[in-house]
Amino acid sequence: MTAPTDYLLQLADTALVLAQRNAEWCGHGPVLEEDVAMANLALDLIGQARLLYQHAATCIGGAASEDSLAYFRDAAEYRCLTLVELPNHGPRSGGAFSQPDYATTIVRNFFHAALMVTLWTELQQSSDAQLAGIAARARKEACYHLHHCGDWLVRFGDGTEESHARAQAAVDHLLPYTEEFWVPSPAELAAVSNGSAPHPATLRAAWDGDVNATLTAATLRRPVQRGYVSQGKFGLHSEHLSYLLAEMQCVARAHPEGVW
Amino acid sequence: MYTQAMDVPDGSNPAASAPDSGSPQQRAHFDATIAADGRIEPQDWMPEAYRQTLLRQISQHANSEIVGMLPEGNWISRAPSLKRKAILIAKVQDEGGHGLYLYGAAETLGTSRADMIAALHSGRAKYSSIFNYPALSWADVGVIGWLVDGAAIMNQIPLCRCSYGPYARAMIRICKEESFHQRQGFDALLAMMRGTPAQQAMVQDAVNRWWWKCLAMFGPPDADSEHSAQSMRWGIKRIGNDELRQQFIDATVPQAEVLGVTLPDPELKWNAERSHYDHGAIDWEEFRSTLAGYGPCNRERLATRVAAHENGRWVREAALAHARKQQQRNTEDAS
Repeated sequence: MTAPTDYLLQLADTALVLAQRNAEWCGHGPVLEEDVAMANLALDLIGQARLLYQHAATCIGGAASEDSLAYFRDAAEYRCLTLVELPNHGPRSGGAFSQPDYATTIVRNFFHAALMVTLWTELQQSSDAQLAGIAARARKEACYHLHHCGDWLVRFGDGTEESHARAQAAVDHLLPYTEEFWVPSPAELAAVSNGSAPHPATLRAAWDGDVNATLTAATLRRPVQRGYVSQGKFGLHSEHLSYLLAEMQCVARAHPEGVW
Repeated sequence: MYTQAMDVPDGSNPAASAPDSGSPQQRAHFDATIAADGRIEPQDWMPEAYRQTLLRQISQHANSEIVGMLPEGNWISRAPSLKRKAILIAKVQDEGGHGLYLYGAAETLGTSRADMIAALHSGRAKYSSIFNYPALSWADVGVIGWLVDGAAIMNQIPLCRCSYGPYARAMIRICKEESFHQRQGFDALLAMMRGTPAQQAMVQDAVNRWWWKCLAMFGPPDADSEHSAQSMRWGIKRIGNDELRQQFIDATVPQAEVLGVTLPDPELKWNAERSHYDHGAIDWEEFRSTLAGYGPCNRERLATRVAAHENGRWVREAALAHARKQQQRNTEDAS
């Protein structure tokens, strides 16, 4: 049983947009080794996105391709989680400038990887054999991402006064966006009903366990969550996604007949 | 990616100023190793001027790798296909890896990476002038791969036989990756040249802007090259600037024909008598001006490196503080 196309796009869009954000550090990282590591995270995520878009394009048929799906859909058609589209810095309005902050990047990737380790583990049992195959590969990558970012989070929490404050600010800023993980989108409900994916709420206990253990090791506080729950996977995004897509898609759209 | 940097003076003249403390036996061993085309290793005695020349060259090479991440890195976010985006990230990541190997090789000569980076940021240490030109279109990414990395390979292959062991070994791996980058650049351009007229024009425009800069990468004519002769005697440099430049031109002209682009030199033509291509005059004034800090992007490149380093200071401090605390905890647990 093939997973619903919208479900594949939700996974693919999330991987691609996070890759795009992580790749912003390439050449600008805090230390050369970390430049190389963050580029690896971006490459893993683009690799996952490509496999998922290719699978989706086959389901859609016709002229659909990984690139038509990545480059010729607008923000409202994207189904990525809001968490991954936020800039690499603290809370700002769309278009506002701020220095990139590595704590924001690490916390974001940590929260995302903790989700994906659990989700990819479950998706290995998907009724969609191709998705199950992608999950087997992607799970290994997500485990590395979780390990790498969790280590840095502990270093930040335990390191200096400044690193602790930055890590706590990033946790306070980003944790509310993780509520979106657990509210099922129509695509997720459709995937649950045909046995191709788990209900997202069933992943929460494992995620809480991973996140709480690392926050405790990092001596960081988990804030109480309340208020607006973001809805990126429903197609209602932050102000930041259209900027990201405008930049990402500009060359491809300037040359719609182009061959690359 | 790499450069003419091996020949770039940084204000010092080690050959003239460095004192030598070696015994006659140590000096004889060094001379015999060089004469036998052997390898000098970090634990071996070496003349101070040899050490300083290598340190300058390898650190300039490492600096060039990390500054070289910027012009192409600038196009990662806009790469027009997912395949090309992944290739470009992997390539820029490789440049960072080359910087790591090279800083490691230079550290065996007694200077820390932190000191070398401080010298770069203060303007004392140089990096390749090629990165002080702007990368203006997606085709520039392909042309940088094809021509800049192509020129780099010409320069670097002889360095695999450099007399200093750690540098020679680092270059073997770097050359393999650079060769891959050059082919990826050519492949990207070939795809574009099979595309629309607008894509073809973009490629030609990029070739026009980069061709002469790449010829200058091999450094000034041998007669004007300050450090070449001594470096040749020491087995650090194996082939002269002019010969390498000629090899590059001879290899590139047929590739340009396959691509269907015109190299922007009306004097470029085959000379049957020499069995080489003749070429027009290089604008050395522009080269020297860019090298001296007055190129179109010198300030932006250096300021961007400094900003990344400063913006990451708290990250490095946090890692060190955590490591110290961990060590202290382990010591307390053990006692």
